[in-house]
Amino acid sequence: MNPLRWEKRLNAFVAEREAWFAGLRDAGKTLEGRRRFMKLAAAAAGVAAGSSVLPHSFQLVNVVGASTDSQGAGARQAFSFAYISDSHLYAKTVNERFVNRVQRAIDDVNALVPQPDFVLYGGDIAQLGQKDELMLGAELLRQLKAPVKMMVGEHDWFLDMGDLWKSLWGPPYYSFDHKGVHFVTLMSVNEKDFWTEKKLTPMERMGIVAGLDDGRQSRFEVGDEEREWLARDLAKVPKTTPVVVFSHSPLYKYYRDWNFWTEDAEQVQALLAPFETVTVIHGHTHQVLTNRIGNIHFHGMLSTAWPWPYAPTGLPPLTVQMSRIDPFNEADGLGDGGFSTSAGGRGDKQYNLWNRNPMTVSARYLASNGAVDTPPAPPFKSY
Amino acid sequence: MIRKSMMKLGVTTALGATLAVTSGVFAQQKEMKVVPCDGGEPVTVAGFETGERLSEDKAQKLADTLMEGWLARQDPAVAVAWVRERDAAATNAEPSQAQSMQSTDINPRDLVLWEKEVGREIAYGDKLFHDDKLIGGLEGVSCAMCHPNASNTHPETYPKFQLQLKRSALLRDMINWCIENPVRGPKLAADDPKMRALEAYILAQRKGVPLEYGKH
Ligand SMILES: [Fe+2]
Ligand SMILES: [Fe+2]
Repeated sequence: MNPLRWEKRLNAFVAEREAWFAGLRDAGKTLEGRRRFMKLAAAAAGVAAGSSVLPHSFQLVNVVGASTDSQGAGARQAFSFAYISDSHLYAKTVNERFVNRVQRAIDDVNALVPQPDFVLYGGDIAQLGQKDELMLGAELLRQLKAPVKMMVGEHDWFLDMGDLWKSLWGPPYYSFDHKGVHFVTLMSVNEKDFWTEKKLTPMERMGIVAGLDDGRQSRFEVGDEEREWLARDLAKVPKTTPVVVFSHSPLYKYYRDWNFWTEDAEQVQALLAPFETVTVIHGHTHQVLTNRIGNIHFHGMLSTAWPWPYAPTGLPPLTVQMSRIDPFNEADGLGDGGFSTSAGGRGDKQYNLWNRNPMTVSARYLASNGAVDTPPAPPFKSY
Repeated sequence: MIRKSMMKLGVTTALGATLAVTSGVFAQQKEMKVVPCDGGEPVTVAGFETGERLSEDKAQKLADTLMEGWLARQDPAVAVAWVRERDAAATNAEPSQAQSMQSTDINPRDLVLWEKEVGREIAYGDKLFHDDKLIGGLEGVSCAMCHPNASNTHPETYPKFQLQLKRSALLRDMINWCIENPVRGPKLAADDPKMRALEAYILAQRKGVPLEYGKH
């Protein structure tokens, strides 16, 4: 082809695509974009989710109508909670982008009508456990209208071994009951001492733990003491009561090298196995992630700071991946979301992916082992 | 072939390095000390006259002794591999044309040194990849944050047309894009030692993955 004509055609193509990317960015910011998320959350109350699809939907994940699970509609009430996770804040003067993203998540959640019953914060609010990072996180989260349930991540912990975090948010593991569901928040990112023998400073220890692929650290674990506490806590709960567990690391073994892993996962699962309905919601993996082991459903949470690639091995077969991240689309693969429980105690997990259509992984999908209600496959899989 | 060239190497180095010194000191003693090229234990040649040219026989013997010493100082695995290669080469009476066209032979010691040198560059790249300060990042965002173990960098897919860069892109173009955007640091020149090291580290993590240029 004539080079001039080629250049013209190329420019036209680039201009068209740039316009599309601009539109996509707006969708994340505008009222219309917010409305989609609100509709999705409202689905928990029995309203069907709207399926508004952006133009050029080949790159987008379509909305899946939330399931209308009628089983077990008894004394328990349907309700929903929202989540925000893995914000990895530096001081405001160092990195404003990460602060803005937490703000975006807070605005999303505060705009929900009706408001969620509470907001789970999934851990890693700080990047290096610094005082100004944790204090900034506390200050930002205070804007949330709904009550906050706080969970700790390894980035919050390994500078002072949780001293400041505990003074801000209390004990790192606890349980509570809400509308007929028993909730447990775990501290699942304990690590066996790798620092004393090497005479590492607290900052060196923090730096090593903060490196996902840094093999000098130990593997995450709940640990003996906390597992004993969990056994005592669960002993009081009838086996028919739905149980929802929050943990920062996935409570199963996905990929050891990146601590997408809990060393004593099998022992924790054994404590949860006798219950009829168990759901685990975890952070740390910064991606759409779905698993089922026996009667336990597992869901990951999105990060507001950066997405992580799927690990080279060990991906649970029930996971429908989020689309491969487009580095030119800022905030792609990031977001927040929620969890809405039907009256039966099972729940649907929502991923409010900024700049893309939201995605729902329903309880029906997991209960049927992927036979029904399958989320659409991503247009681009990981390399 | 290899044996011959090692002999030449041994004698040249030995004579070149030590003759000027030893001829004065050891002339009356009619012996010469030869230091091997790796600086190991010297070898003594007896019955040596000042100004004498070593006979081929004597030179071969000296080279053999130097080689024995060198082998004894090597890692056993390297020594075994070397001997195996030498013996295999000795059974080839005539060097092939391809072999005789080569300016040097590759011996296992070369391979060890080269691997070390490449490893040094990869290790430097590993450091840069995990510490944004070393590449001038302003906001605490390092390469490894989004790409643990260089995952999802897919160097095997370049060159490919990168829409947003409006051109056929190489790995280094994407490295620079990431440095300037998420990392917020200054762009690197294509031959900057840091760029070379980052490329080396990323490529080393994808060993064995088939090249598939243009893949999207
Ligand atoms: Fe995280
Ligand atoms: Fe984490």
